[in-house]
Amino acid sequence: MLLWLLAILIAAAVAPTVHRGVGSLGRGSLGGWVLAVVPAGVFIALLTLWPSVVNQQDVSVFVDWVPALNLAVSLRLDGLSLLFGLMVTGIGALILVYAGAYLKGDDRLGHLWMLLLLFMAAMLGLVLADNLLTLFIFWELTSITSYLLIGFNSDRPESRASALQALLVTGGGGLVLLPGLILLGLAGNSFEISMLLTSAEPIREHSFYLPMLVLILVGAFTKSAQFPFHFWLPNAMAAPTPISAYLHSATMVKAGVYLIARLHPILGGTAEWFWMIASVGAITMVLGAVLALRATDLKQILAYATISVLGTLTLLLGIGTEATLVAALAVLVAHAFYKGGLFMVAGAIDHSVHQRDVRELGGLRIAMPATFAAAGLAGCSMAGVLPTFGFIAKETWYESVGHIAGNGFLAASILSNIGLVAAVGFVCVKPFFGGRTESTQHAHEGGPAMWGPPVVLGIAGLALGLLPTRISELLATGSGAIAGRTVSVHLALWHGVNVTLLLSLLTLAGGITLYWILRRGQLHRLKPYFYFFEGVIQYGPSRVYHWLLRTVNQFARGQTALLQNGYLRFYLFTMVGLTVASVWMALGDELRSHLEPMPLDVRGHEVLLACLILAAAVVAVRAKTWLLAVGALGVVGYCVAGVFVLFGAPDLAMTQFVIETLTVVLFVMAFSRLPEFRRLSTSATRGRDALIAVVAGATITVLLLFAMTVRSNHPISDYYLAHSVSEAHGRNVVNVILVDFRALDTLGEITVLAIAAIGVYSLLTLRPPKQADGEDDAAEGTEECSRKDAAGTQLDSTAGRAVDAEGV
Amino acid sequence: MDILLAITVGGLYAAGIYMMLRRNVVKLLIGLGLLSHAANLLLFTAGGLVRGRVPVIPDGETRPLVIVADPLPQALILTAIVISFAVLAFALVLIYRTYQTLGTEDLDELKATDT
Repeated sequence: MLLWLLAILIAAAVAPTVHRGVGSLGRGSLGGWVLAVVPAGVFIALLTLWPSVVNQQDVSVFVDWVPALNLAVSLRLDGLSLLFGLMVTGIGALILVYAGAYLKGDDRLGHLWMLLLLFMAAMLGLVLADNLLTLFIFWELTSITSYLLIGFNSDRPESRASALQALLVTGGGGLVLLPGLILLGLAGNSFEISMLLTSAEPIREHSFYLPMLVLILVGAFTKSAQFPFHFWLPNAMAAPTPISAYLHSATMVKAGVYLIARLHPILGGTAEWFWMIASVGAITMVLGAVLALRATDLKQILAYATISVLGTLTLLLGIGTEATLVAALAVLVAHAFYKGGLFMVAGAIDHSVHQRDVRELGGLRIAMPATFAAAGLAGCSMAGVLPTFGFIAKETWYESVGHIAGNGFLAASILSNIGLVAAVGFVCVKPFFGGRTESTQHAHEGGPAMWGPPVVLGIAGLALGLLPTRISELLATGSGAIAGRTVSVHLALWHGVNVTLLLSLLTLAGGITLYWILRRGQLHRLKPYFYFFEGVIQYGPSRVYHWLLRTVNQFARGQTALLQNGYLRFYLFTMVGLTVASVWMALGDELRSHLEPMPLDVRGHEVLLACLILAAAVVAVRAKTWLLAVGALGVVGYCVAGVFVLFGAPDLAMTQFVIETLTVVLFVMAFSRLPEFRRLSTSATRGRDALIAVVAGATITVLLLFAMTVRSNHPISDYYLAHSVSEAHGRNVVNVILVDFRALDTLGEITVLAIAAIGVYSLLTLRPPKQADGEDDAAEGTEECSRKDAAGTQLDSTAGRAVDAEGV
Repeated sequence: MDILLAITVGGLYAAGIYMMLRRNVVKLLIGLGLLSHAANLLLFTAGGLVRGRVPVIPDGETRPLVIVADPLPQALILTAIVISFAVLAFALVLIYRTYQTLGTEDLDELKATDT
């Protein structure tokens, strides 16, 4: 199974190359067929495992990754993951072909294929993962690839905003999900899902149960666009249509549903589970259907319809009886087939007439017969018309929900389906019938890569409806995995005339009537109703999102202006002040108790040296000329070297003497070109700064005295003293430490010196720039700048803008 | 001597910090120099003072016969001296170029990044 993921990732890596290679042959969309071989191969590989999965054999891989963190790449194939895996790879292969036609001639096609394949690997990993943390990583990878794909048209601001919104909502949901999964792992004492299944009972009675359930559900709801997080999905339609068809209808948005299904045998079956999931699902289901009718853009209608179906899936999983679990999987499969197809149809129409507003479309059945056929097949399945698989799915749905006490959920289901049937009218009937409109005058059919994939999906939906035995097997295994026990499923196209069939007919009749009403422009009668929804639901959560985004940005700007105000002394003041305050707060009492009189063991020359240092420091501070200040600094340096001499550190003293001399020479050389000191601050400021400085200095003194009273032995130095001769064959221990025991540190030091030297050299060789006074000069300056950048020198940004004095 | 050096270190820190709080960028540099001396002396004092006993092992011995100055702080300070010289030299040249380019030594006038 790891090989499959690897194969898809390799395909992703070579996708741009394939695009360039095929592009040079003059057949741009051919690359899609080539790349589709990989997911198609995985699809077939999955099919070969079908018998073992159906017979409940264990198909799994376990690779330890970071054992200390309980991280393992453990993959496992059961009925549920097989079902999802087939959808991900099968539809994925079709999408690659379709994308080739959709973006034919576009340079970014290779890029698109790469991202689609990356997403495919992430999604496949997500549904195969048997470890909660591995699952989470793949989960986040799908969010990130989705972000990149929604923002594919990165030159459009609305596209970037939609991508960011999707990322923030699903990524934020991911952040909530992670603690939920960790709580689950802690409660169950394992991160392997297959292990957790055996301890489902204790987990449900664990005190973490409710928090973990809420956290996990928030993650799942954001991903699957459940109310009130649904608003990102319609905006995600800014992505090119192949992406909408793949990520935002067939696969990624179902990841939340998948997670709920996957965890059902562990967490499901409680009242909390039922009410939280079923109620959110029911609200989302009805809301999506209503909002779908409000939209006029083909893709928006489909997006809202998708939200409605996602709500249905959530509702069915929330109810969680065997029958509803089977129904959920049936609806899932039917939806993947018809919605993927319908998105491709919408893309084909958009590609042909550059118009997605259903009010502007009409009469396309003659110009685009193949697309029309695909739309018809998918539409029948979506509306639940005999003999498609959509019909079977809807029958099992109605029947399973009908068995629940109270008819609220059934009524909501029927209502939402009436809305969806009407939506089918707008997507599959309105654009194709009637006379041609202005926009559709020059409509033409795309190539086989354009209409082929949706037709394949449509026929597959029909075939599954006519021959439901094979898929029953898979649904039985899949729902068995969700239920945690064996489930038997016998789907059939014809159940005889019963209540469910009558409800189906009622739905169809209602939907057709609704479409007819809306189509006749009688919309205004329903307007107050729609406004209510628009105000409360469509814009509500979206407003909260925008408000949050604005507030966070404002806060960030405000605190940046406050904390990063660009005044160096402000930063210094903050650092010094905080250090002093924390020292006194942490050590205040202890300092006072430890400060006892120490023996004042001093000698005359030592006192002299210390007084000289302090006096020189005062002179440096009060100096009016730079020469005096540099001289005083030098005196401090030499006196410090003197201290080193007196207390057994001749190496230090020698180094200090050399360095100090060099420093003074360097300062004098540079300062001779700098202006004399100007007094820039007021005496009040100077007083304040002096106070800060004195307090800080006093703190250091006290801290140092304290450090000396609490000093312990020198265990580290003892080691060096004892081993200097025996191991390093050196008698000067300081030198031995530097060049032997800690030789790597010294190497680092030399590197720092070298880097500083390169920096100094680059800055010095940078010739003095002058202000540019003409455009030619400016151009020359830019050239100069780029030349030097190429040479690897570090340039002050301002210097590059001006002109080389010698060049003028 | 410990107390005396502790006061000296405190004085050097105070002088260094005061100079670094100036608006004049040249004074800032002097402050940086004072601060590095202060830091070196701090390490040296904190490591413990031993008069005149150099950490060198006499010929024919494998370990020092008497208590000698602690070699570890000395090794640290040796590194620190060199590094602070590098920092100081780089800062000096940077400031020198900044003054040449922008014509001011007032830090408040260097606030914008693209003057």
